[in-house]
Amino acid sequence: MLTVNDVVKKLGFEIKINGDLDKEVTGCYISDLLSDVMAKSKDGELWITLQTHPNIVAVAVVKGISAIIITNNRDPEPDTAKKAETEKITVLKTGHTTFETAGMIYTLLKSENLL
Amino acid sequence: MNVTDIIEGCYQLMEGDFTNAGVASSELKSILTKLGVPLDIVRRTAIAAFEAEMNVIIHGVAGTMHYAISETEVKITFTDMGPGIENIELAMKEGYSTAPDWVREMGWGAGMGLPNIKKNTDEMKIDSAVGEGTTLEITIKLRKDGPC
Repeated sequence: MLTVNDVVKKLGFEIKINGDLDKEVTGCYISDLLSDVMAKSKDGELWITLQTHPNIVAVAVVKGISAIIITNNRDPEPDTAKKAETEKITVLKTGHTTFETAGMIYTLLKSENLL
Repeated sequence: MNVTDIIEGCYQLMEGDFTNAGVASSELKSILTKLGVPLDIVRRTAIAAFEAEMNVIIHGVAGTMHYAISETEVKITFTDMGPGIENIELAMKEGYSTAPDWVREMGWGAGMGLPNIKKNTDEMKIDSAVGEGTTLEITIKLRKDGPC
């Protein structure tokens, strides 16, 4: 089993909000379109996005996202951080681009036989 | 699950209140989870409710979300005082949207809301009058075979 904590340790993402690091990671979805994430993401997946506003937390709650990864060195908005803390949604940050982040996660999930 | 009485609740929704978007759907999701409703049904309900909530927050001026959970189904009614939908058939088309640019920049308004709602529900009824508002009623069945 791969947890959010394993992903953080192996790929060196910065923890902005520690929601539930023990949550199991089942896969990954990438989109900046929130309705697309609503339609296509699956329970336990990581979500890579550039969006930083509070609605990403609500989407993560509804969809059972294991952690939100914000790329390009962006920070979650203060309201997003507050909401994530209340809802216990982990928010990670990375200086990598979405493409690079996807590659790193793809390689990791592949090595864990999750793809 | 065992629901003998109807469980009801109501939430106020305000256009532009993006900060509280999803609160009503998340609460409904946790109520259904606590009732022991199967996870896939809980998920479908939450997705549909959230998309409908967003529609009121984006377009609806002010409105309400009312839910009623019975032994056989979840019925959620969204009523708003928004501009109404001119062409429902067009609004149901994936990719069609009247959302302003700033809403699209947030990742909403891609014209996927109503199609997502339809995909995740068993019944969907839209009643809309231009200049008056819109009522959306969605039903998610809790049992395939109806009441015992």
